[in-house]
Parts: sequence; structure tokens; C-alpha cells
Amino acid sequence: MIIPHPLLGPRDSQEFTYLGDADLIDRPDWQAENAADRFYEYLYLRDNPAGEHRELWFHEQGDRSWLVVTRDTVTHEISKVELARDVARARGRSK
Amino acid sequence: MSQSHRIDGGLIDRSRALHFRFNGKTYQGHPGDTLASALLANGVRLMGRSFKYHRPRGPISAGSEEPNALVELRSGARQEPNTRATTAELFDGLDARSQNHVGPLSFDLLAVNDRLSPFFAAGFYYKTFMWPKAFWEKLYEPMIRRAAGLGSLTKEADPDLYDKGFLHCDLLIIGGGPAGLAAALTAGRAGANVILADEDFVLGGRLNAETFTLGDASGSDWASATVAELAAMPNVRVMARTTVLGAFDHGIFGALERVSDHLLQPAAGKPRQILWRIYAGRSLLCAGATERPIAFENNDRPGIMLASALRSYANRWAALPGKEVAIFTNNDDGHRTATDLLAKGIKVAAVIDSRKTDAPRTNRYEVLAGALVSGASGRLGLSGVEVRLPGGETRTIACQALGVSGGWNPNVHLTCHQRGRPVWDEALAAFVPGGVLPAGMSVAGAAAGTLSTAGALSSGAAGAVKALADLGIRAKPADLPEAEDAPVRIAPLFHVPGKGRAWLDQQNDVTVKDVKLAHQEGYVSVEHLKRYTTLGMATDQGKTANIGGLAVMAEMTGKSIPETGTTIFRPPYTPVAIGALAGRSAGKDFRPTRLTPSHKWAAEQGAVFVEVGMWLRAQWFPRPGETHWRQSVDREVLATRKSVGICDVTTLGKIDVQGTDAAEFLNRIYANPFAKLAVGKVRYGLMLREDGMAMDDGTTARLAEDHFVMTTTTANAVGVYRHMEFCRQCLWPDMDVQIISTTEAWAQYSVAGPNARRLLQKIIDPAFDISNEAFPYMGCGEITVCGGLRARLFRISFSGELAFEIAVPTRYGDALIRRMVEAGKEFDAVVYGTEALGVMRIEKGHAAGNELNGTSTALNLGMGGMVSKKKDSIGSTLSEREGLNREDALGLVGFRPVNPAETFAAGSHLIGKGDVANAANDQGYLTSVCFSPNLGYTIGLGYLKNGAARKGEVLRAVNPVQNAETLVEVVSAHFVDPEGERLRA
Amino acid sequence: MHDLAALTPLSATEPRIERIGAIRIVEVTDRSLASLTCRSGKSRPFEAAAKALFGGALPAPGAWFEGAPFSLIWTGPEQWFVEASFATHEDIARILKEPFGDAASVTEQTDGWVRFDLEGTPVVDMLERLCPVPSRRMKNDAATRTMIEHVGCLVLRRAADRFSVIAPRSFAGSLHHALCAAATSIA
Repeated sequence: MIIPHPLLGPRDSQEFTYLGDADLIDRPDWQAENAADRFYEYLYLRDNPAGEHRELWFHEQGDRSWLVVTRDTVTHEISKVELARDVARARGRSK
Repeated sequence: MSQSHRIDGGLIDRSRALHFRFNGKTYQGHPGDTLASALLANGVRLMGRSFKYHRPRGPISAGSEEPNALVELRSGARQEPNTRATTAELFDGLDARSQNHVGPLSFDLLAVNDRLSPFFAAGFYYKTFMWPKAFWEKLYEPMIRRAAGLGSLTKEADPDLYDKGFLHCDLLIIGGGPAGLAAALTAGRAGANVILADEDFVLGGRLNAETFTLGDASGSDWASATVAELAAMPNVRVMARTTVLGAFDHGIFGALERVSDHLLQPAAGKPRQILWRIYAGRSLLCAGATERPIAFENNDRPGIMLASALRSYANRWAALPGKEVAIFTNNDDGHRTATDLLAKGIKVAAVIDSRKTDAPRTNRYEVLAGALVSGASGRLGLSGVEVRLPGGETRTIACQALGVSGGWNPNVHLTCHQRGRPVWDEALAAFVPGGVLPAGMSVAGAAAGTLSTAGALSSGAAGAVKALADLGIRAKPADLPEAEDAPVRIAPLFHVPGKGRAWLDQQNDVTVKDVKLAHQEGYVSVEHLKRYTTLGMATDQGKTANIGGLAVMAEMTGKSIPETGTTIFRPPYTPVAIGALAGRSAGKDFRPTRLTPSHKWAAEQGAVFVEVGMWLRAQWFPRPGETHWRQSVDREVLATRKSVGICDVTTLGKIDVQGTDAAEFLNRIYANPFAKLAVGKVRYGLMLREDGMAMDDGTTARLAEDHFVMTTTTANAVGVYRHMEFCRQCLWPDMDVQIISTTEAWAQYSVAGPNARRLLQKIIDPAFDISNEAFPYMGCGEITVCGGLRARLFRISFSGELAFEIAVPTRYGDALIRRMVEAGKEFDAVVYGTEALGVMRIEKGHAAGNELNGTSTALNLGMGGMVSKKKDSIGSTLSEREGLNREDALGLVGFRPVNPAETFAAGSHLIGKGDVANAANDQGYLTSVCFSPNLGYTIGLGYLKNGAARKGEVLRAVNPVQNAETLVEVVSAHFVDPEGERLRA
Repeated sequence: MHDLAALTPLSATEPRIERIGAIRIVEVTDRSLASLTCRSGKSRPFEAAAKALFGGALPAPGAWFEGAPFSLIWTGPEQWFVEASFATHEDIARILKEPFGDAASVTEQTDGWVRFDLEGTPVVDMLERLCPVPSRRMKNDAATRTMIEHVGCLVLRRAADRFSVIAPRSFAGSLHHALCAAATSIA
């Protein structure tokens, strides 16, 4: 596959390491009342869509950026690639 | 033997003779020949035996679709089985042998299978070898394995090199026939970056095998002139002998270039083949079409071949399988063969055209319209065919060659590699590309169903213009010569009804009867039909067979072919050697090797090395007289604990962590607190995964308020770094923290033992006080050594001794170890390897990789108290789960044999004294075991249920793998210096 | 002045120069290297310090530039490698840290890497046997990380016939072997 890196353009997916669902960005608040349940869901419960999927890829043999890649799991078509840091900020993560 | 069947003309170089051997006999051919064409020219039609029935077979094609003429090439370690004689380029000294026979090719003892054929029909194995069950492993399978398969392997290592490579282009053109050449001219002249790949060693495709003219030139002359023009363009890469094997995601293609297959052996250091990965903006499939046979009884006799192949052999290679030739066709193309052969003065006995009214009439040769070939004679080589005339009477026609033309199948294979399904074209009676093609791919020429030469040329040019337009490159179609533009006239016919065996898939020996049997037994889906009969499952993927099988199935079910369906193709287009897939990653180059800064010195000392990940580390340093590794390791351990030892610890991961939030960042990725670590101090850190399991551990030193250096275990360096980048970028994107690996920038040595300080005082510049008061346990600092070289010093200990780790820029690592060894002479210092390192850490009870095994929590490791509950850190919440905190959770403890003379092994399970050794009674297991030279007996670390509370208990260490069992006592994990006095000395 | 002798990444006292066909593979050891990363919220002082020290804009993603005494290579978001002469800038991290102060994190990288310069007309043919980057299309200011025989490397183009490959130092021997093998293949 070829992943269009937002900074570096098209790159062979060989250069990347795959992690999984981009929801891993949404790490729960440890002090929330139901923190144990939320962490359990965060870590173990995943959707497994046949179709569009947002997922985390690490440009390990590249610029060390984590990317959020929107990919169709059936056709492998990649419709969007973002820097994970930007996605994290947009989802309200900070420090 | 002379070239008895060589005729005039052809694209061979008659000025040079090439000598080659087939089954031990020497023959001559010419440059430009394939092995098959040269054998035919020498009157050899019989080239192999079939897979199942050992039927005598000769080539049916003149290309890569060949199912029959599979031979072994070369000998010794270079012997290569199952090579198609029809594509093997002839070279001087080629040594080839037929395969799959016992005894001579002409009298194969296993041909008895053919007589037993009623027993070997489809599904034979499934039905026959079911019973008795016990016979399968001992009798049936070994027997089948001996009899099955075609060629044989030498079992010697392949001496040749295989390269991999990467190419980028705007337009990849697959196939260099008329469509591909017209496309390449169009795209090349427009300035686009073009790759034109063709599996043949001469580009031109059918242009080299036909007698048509293109404008004023012969087809082959036009092709070679066009190739010459393309080769002169810097933006075009013409790749002959290159098969595009697969179409993968996003415009990536795999292609195999056979660089040296046409040589006796590759030149020194040169690859035999190159597996290219081609990144193409657009691709144009110009793969042409493959003629298909018509099945009839005994249609596999050597000498029966595709009519187009017969034409290719005559026109391109000036070779003929027989002096008298007949043609069997259902379409006009068969008549081309007759015309071409006649023009060469060959006797055409008859053209049997299945079409009653549409068959062309001519007075140049006899046409038997509405007739069918119903049989063939000549077991080892065709001697005649039996023809059923329209009136029902039969006639025998003597011939040594029969050309069969059942119509042309577009080569749609690559359009299927992303699950595209071809669609049926009624006019062509063939499948053409349809549905969704791989991204960026379009199809031109015969592959798209445009079977005339003029059509191929213009569709190739138009295809290139359109593909380039997608990329924003303007091109205009190349000027093209006048060419043949005959329509396709065909009356579908796939097999001739009859009682005997008519072969559909000649490579897997599948007959019309087998397909009928499958239908009778209830197989409806073509996918099931394929697997039950093995039709199309041989190395040729049924290029000449699939549609025949499908047609028979359709006939049985009363459906049309498109209703019956079709199977699709997968990569590779043609078989690929495993060596090509491995590339350079073979033998000791399977993966790269990382060397430590002391490697050169250690090698000079005769060190024994061990692979740790990609690193080579010194395992121990044998001294003269030491004959067993234990002698060396025991000596290294004892000398270190007695005086001082040096060890290269560069391989541990080092990550530089900086920024105003660096301390808080470490606080979150380590389970234990880090925020308040003082500058100039080091702390042990335990890193958890989010699920609460230990991920890694190591020490982290604070060099400044906003600057830390973290160490990781050697094995986890990459994973920990990746995890830290995830935390930094995805979880806490606004933290001011920057990380970068410095593992290799510093050569780092551990200096351990009571005399460690005294040794280092000789190395470290006197301005730096490393006394216990000035530089206490867990201190760190930047220093200089040997008269001013910048260095780092950490007072940390893995061995449990007074110990330091000293780091200098890597280029000085070799000099530093030499200097330290010299300085250590007065203390009888030793250098120790990973084995002694392991012994000392087990003696000290330090956890390492064996304990951090992915299933152990902080609690299991005896570090439950370290997990801070006052802060958020990765893994802290889930490590509190009930199931991970049971009272009987595994705890890390030490073990020693009740009888000190006995020993035990890591991996042994702990079972109560009176209990049966089974999973239900399992109480834990041993993780690390060694002989302790300090204690004089074997010691171990292991996980035991509620271990901390069970000291003094005696259990059995059970090792069912080696059938061993030892009584062991539960003890503290700290075998040496449990109070830690030594490391604080 | 200390008295420890240095070894090259290929474990010799002198840098290795290999000539294979029209290709020269040169082990380069006279350069020092440090990473320079902009700290959060400090881009303004960072850029000011960079401009004062390097005299121009920092290279964009995928690019590098050769300057004197400092050359700069983009290596990741807000991160550059700074290269200078080893003879004059052995302590490059300290030299850089001073002008940047709190605006940057600086880490010494000199001995973390091995640099091989690849020279000769067919250098692109050679790189095509080694790595997936489109070396033929790379401009003379292009720099990118990629993989060569499983080793993560930085590939820089210096001229039509000249590239540098910079890889983690411990892989020097294996990488050198891969480079020589590729040069032999295309020679």
C-alpha cells in the first residue's frame, strides 16, 4: 500500500508500523468515576468495520510521525491522512 | 543429430550454433531459440510426462501458458525443476532433462497409472485414502508424496544472488506487443516516465510470430525499430525478460526480471533475477491473448498444439513438429496457420473446421467443413488424427502435427488481482476485463478483447493518451502504420463429444469426464469444481484449461458460461523462485547485524558471540585452557565479585528526553514516581502497558532540570521508543517534551566489583570526585576521561556489586575498553560477557526479559508497591483490576535444589510434593536458572502462587519435556548480598 | 587533550573508500552531528536563533541544505539534524545549545550514525536496488528517511551523481555490505 503522508507525500507502507483503531487517542480520565470501566472499553472493545476505518500508523522508518489514516478495510482505499497530533488536539487532548 | 525439422526463415541467428543437452543427448540450436523450439527443430516432440497418469507429452504452446513441457534445467546446486521449455532461452551448454518418469522418457514405468486411470478420477484421493485411518500417515501419504510432484529439488543451497529493486514511473505498460509498443511510443514521445515490461526476451509479442506487415515493414521489423526508438528515450525503460507478476494496492506492481537465466551462470556478483517493486501512477495492461485448445480424445499426444503455437514455431523459430500438418479450428484464425505453413512449403493435410457454413473455402488446402477431430494416434508422438465428418463417417488423416484453435482468451489475469471479475463477451466467446480493475489500471489490445493488429495498435495509443491525461500529462497518439484488421469469426466449441479421455487441464491431468463426474456428484460452484477436480490449480493456473472446464460444466447444468461463473486469478502471473522473493535476505544476510563498540577488541580476544536481537554481543571470553563455557563464565563471575569486571552494555536502549515537561512525561509513562527525581540522580523505572502488564524497565538519569537519559532493555528499545512517541503525539500533544534515540552515540561499559572505583579513578580525570560521598549509589554526572574526553558516569548496578556505567562517544569505545583493561591489570580485572551478566543478575534477583514476559504485572514482579496510586500513569488504572490482584497471584521468588548436587531447568513447572503433575495442580514456573559459582549450586528465579509467603516450602520442579524432576526449596530471590551493602560501598 | 584513538564506524583507523565499477562508496567520518528540536511554543525564538546562526530559513519537510559551517537536514516535525566539521565542532551539541537556550532541545548524534557518500554516474541505478524512495526524481536538496535492507536510513541527494546514506552506526558493516553488493550488481 501507499500512504500519502501529509508532510512527505506518498510513502510505501513498508516504512510504517500499524497500531490499530484511532480511538486509542481517546484515553479516558483516570479520575473519572467509572474510570475502570472506561479504560476497559478503551483498551479492549473495538469496532471491526468492513469499510471505512480510522487507524493509527507510525512512520517508524521515516519522520516518526504518528498518522491517522482513514482507510476502507475492504478496498484498501485511503481517503484521508492526518497527523495524529492534530487529530488529538482537535479531539480536545492537550497535556 | 542435425536440425531435421528446421525450415527457412525465422528470427534466429543461424551464424552461431549453440550446443545443448536434453536427457543426456547433445543437440544444436541457434541464438533466438527457446529450448522447445530447438528441440522441435531437432525432431524432438516428446518432452515430459504428465503429473498423474504419466502420459507422454510435448509442448502445446510457445509461451508462458505452457502446461506440458516442464523440464529441469542445469545440474548440481543450480538445478531448477518445472521450467517451461517454451520460455527457456537457449544458451550454449544448457543441460535440460525431462521430469516425472521412472526409467527413460519413452518408457516410463509409472505410465501404469494411465492404465489404472479409472481408479484415479477426480476425488480419487478423497475417496480412497480415507480408511483405515492409521494408514494415512504411514502408508498412503508417503506413497503419494513419492509418486506426486513433477521435478525434483537438489536440496543444495542456491548459489546464485537475487536482487530486489524499486522503480517509479508515470505509466507502466505491461506487455510489449503491438498495443504495448504503440502505447509506449505515445507516452514516451509525450515525455512521460514509462516502463515497458515484457516477459519475452524479444519484444513485439505476436508481431514476431505473424507474417502480417505493418505499413511497409514486417511485424518484427516494425517492433524492433520501435523498441530501438524507445530504448533511446531517457524517459522510457524497456524491460525485456520481465514478467509483471501481480497488481497490488495503490498502483504497486511486482515484476520479475530474469537477468541471467539465459546464461550458463551469472557473472560474479551479478544477480540471476531481480524482483522489482514498481510504483506506477497509471498502468496499461497490454498482455495480449492466449489461444485455447479444443478437447477431444487423446488430444494430449505430443505434436498436438495450439494452432498459433505451430505458427509461432514456423514463423519465429523456423521449427516444425512434423512434416505433415493438419489444423482443427472453430474460427478463422486456424486458417492463418494453414496459410502461413503453406507459404513455407509445408504440407497441410487438411483443415478441419467445425463450422459447417462459415468455414472459409479455398483451393490451396483441403477444408473439411463441419467436421470434428475425434481422436489421435501415436502414443509417443502424433501419427494421425481421426476425423468425424458431417455425415457421420470417419476418416483418418496422417500427420505429425496438429494445430488446434478454439478461439482466443484475453489475458485478463492482472485485472483480477484486486478481485475484479471478467465478463463474458458473446462475440469473442471469451471473458474480457470487466468490473472494477485495480486502481489506475486500464486495458488495451487483445487483453481488452481487441484482437486485430490495427485494433491493438490504436487502442494501445489511445489507452496511453487517456492514462496520461489522468496524470495531467498531454499526449497525442503516435502515428501508426497500416495493419491487419480482420474481424473475429468464431463458433464456440470447447470439446468434441466422445467416449475416451479428452484432456482439459493437461498439467493436472483433468479430463472432460472428471468435470462431468464432479457435476454428477453435486458440485455446482465453479470454485468447488476447481478444487475437487484440481482444474486450473497447477502452476499454469489453467491458462489454457479453465474455460474448457467451465464450458463443460455449463453444458452439464444447461446454463450459459456467464451464468456458470468464472474463477479469478491471483498473483503471481507465472511461477516465481523462492530465492527471488528472498532477495539478498538469505543466509547470514537474512537480517542486518549490529556491532558493539568493543566488538573488534572482543573478537581479538576470541570472544564467543551471541545474537541478541540484531546485536552481536560477547557471550563469554574463553581463556587458554578453558574447554567448557561454564569454566569461562564461572571465572568471569567470581573475578568480578572478587575484584572487578568490565562489560559492554551499549546495546541497552538510550533515549534522550528533554523539555520543560520531560519530568511529568516520565511520571506518566513510568508506574513509579519520577517528577521529583533530583538532578544528578538515577532512578529505576518500571514501565507498564495500558493493560497493567510490565512492558519494560530500566534506569533513567536526570542530567538537568529539563534533560533526562532513559535506558531500555536491549530487546525493547524500538518498541519503547514507539510507545513514547505515541504518548507524546497522540495522548498529550501539548506537552513540551522532545525525545530522540542516542543508543549508538555512546559506547557504554559497566564496571562492577569491589575495585570498580579504583579502576575508574585511573581513567576518569582527577577533577571529578567519584568517592562514595561525592558520587553515591544512584548518582550520575557528566565527566571527562583520559585527559579531557567528554563522558557520562552513572552509578548503577545490575550485578549487585559496587558498579558504575561509563559512557564515551562511540568512536572512542574501542580505545576506552583497551585502556580500562590495561588499568585493571593490577586488580586482575576481567571482561565479562552476557552469560556472566545473566548469572550475576540472577544471583542478585533482578528481573530481566525472562521475567518481563508480557504476562507479568508489577505485583507478580514483587514491585506492586511501586505503582503509584497518586498519579495517572500508563497502566495504573487497569493494573488495579481484581483478577490481577488475587491473593494467590504469582510472585517472583528464588529457588534452590534441596540436594545441592541436583540441577533443574528454566521452564520447569512447580508442583506440590504429593500432587499429580498436571495443569490443574500447576503452582507456577521457573523463569531463569543458572549455576551460581558463588554458592556452588544451581539457583533459579520463578513465579509461584503467593510466592512471597512461601519461603522455606519444598516443591517439585517438573520438566516433562526432558522427563526430569527436582525437589526445590522456595527462597528469597536475592541470593547474593540481600541487604545491598556491596552496591552502596 | 585526551589521548584516546578513534575508530571509524567500520572499526578501522582510517575511513574506508570502496571503488566498484563507476561507483565510489566513501565512509565519511569528519562530520559532527546533533539533533535540534524546537520546543513547544518556542517557534519564534527558535526561528530567530536559527536565522542568526544558520543565516537562512530552515529546510522544509523532505529537504536539506548545505551551508558553512552548518548543514541542516529536516528529520521530522520541528526537528532537524545539524552537521558541521568534526575538527572544529566536535562538541556540536554544546555549541548549538548556547544560542538556542530554552527554545530548543539539542542532542549529540555524531557517533550515533555512519555516513556513506555514494558517488558516480550510475548512483541512481544503485539506489534503485536498495530503497523504495524515488531517487531518480529526488532534487539536489532532497533528504528522506527510508529503509535499506531492513536498516532505517537517511538518504540525501547532493548532486546528480552524488548521494549520502546516513544510518545508525552499529549497522555500518551490514549496510556497507549491502551498498557494495548493489554497486557490484549494477557495475
